[in-house]
Amino acid sequence: MITVLHEQSEAVSSTARADGAQLWIGSTEFAAATGWSLKPEGFCRGDICVPVPVGREAEFVLGDAVNAAALWRRIGNPVVHDSAGEVWVLGAGAAHRSASLQTLEAPDFALPDLAGELHTLSEHRGKKVLLATWASW
Amino acid sequence: MDVPDAARQWIEAAKPDYPCLIDCDHHVADLYNMVNVPQAVWIDEQGRIVRPPENAGSSDGFRSMDRTTKRMTDEQLAERERIKKGYMAAVRDWVANGTASEFAYDPASARQRLQLPDSEIAEAHAHFRLAQHLLRNGNRAEAAAHFADASRLHPASWTIWRQAAEKDATGLASGPEFWARVDALGDRPYYRPIDMKGL
Repeated sequence: MITVLHEQSEAVSSTARADGAQLWIGSTEFAAATGWSLKPEGFCRGDICVPVPVGREAEFVLGDAVNAAALWRRIGNPVVHDSAGEVWVLGAGAAHRSASLQTLEAPDFALPDLAGELHTLSEHRGKKVLLATWASW
Repeated sequence: MDVPDAARQWIEAAKPDYPCLIDCDHHVADLYNMVNVPQAVWIDEQGRIVRPPENAGSSDGFRSMDRTTKRMTDEQLAERERIKKGYMAAVRDWVANGTASEFAYDPASARQRLQLPDSEIAEAHAHFRLAQHLLRNGNRAEAAAHFADASRLHPASWTIWRQAAEKDATGLASGPEFWARVDALGDRPYYRPIDMKGL
């Protein structure tokens, strides 16, 4: 079983199959997890589409499966995995993070308190927020 | 940016009346491109960044503490208090005065002061995320390798380095390796100076 870590989610994939540097995932599951779905124009998320390189379709699409790692690398996003190929991180790209910060809209997140209850930044809309970080180390 | 067991005693001692959240995987550092603690972001009622991540009132005074006694001189302690109080006064001024506060950046200034991540920083966060996951699942050796990758790719990040580092009995990552890394900064700051008059 393969675990895929993406943004704040962690999912055990029922369709994923690792093959060296390649990570094949069922296209429906991949779309649900990352928002990237395969269309005639290529891989699309929202307004953005990334065409599948002509002549290299087999690197990216195989039947109902898509190569998440190949797509990630094509977009310029980091993808890392453990030596067993059982845990994969589909990391956010610098361009995406930078573009987000430049809008000055504070990126939202959901994190638990000590009791395990989730809190979001956006639930405090309407009040000023001082987002302060600290650590025990 | 911590794990629950380590953070618990501090949260319980503080008894905060504001949410205190546990960010094991340092998502906030990734989202906001933070590199140290304490760093703070000012966010207004519309969810917009008013002051991008900055040193939240700390100073590099600790670098000259006596490393055997861990004591700071009265002057060093007073200076540390001055900066901390100065930062909090600025926060209160913003709370009271909003956009009219001299400490609130206009959007153009806020944008200018953003520190944007590059591809190595993005990759570092991916390695860190993997490392924390592997560590939680008991795979210490591989976790260590990915923590090392993360720090190699993002050497400016103290949050990555210290979260991964050996901790002493009190949970601090303040051993000889930490001090060596601090000293290796030379003239470069551990905490970037705060962009506020007098601080």
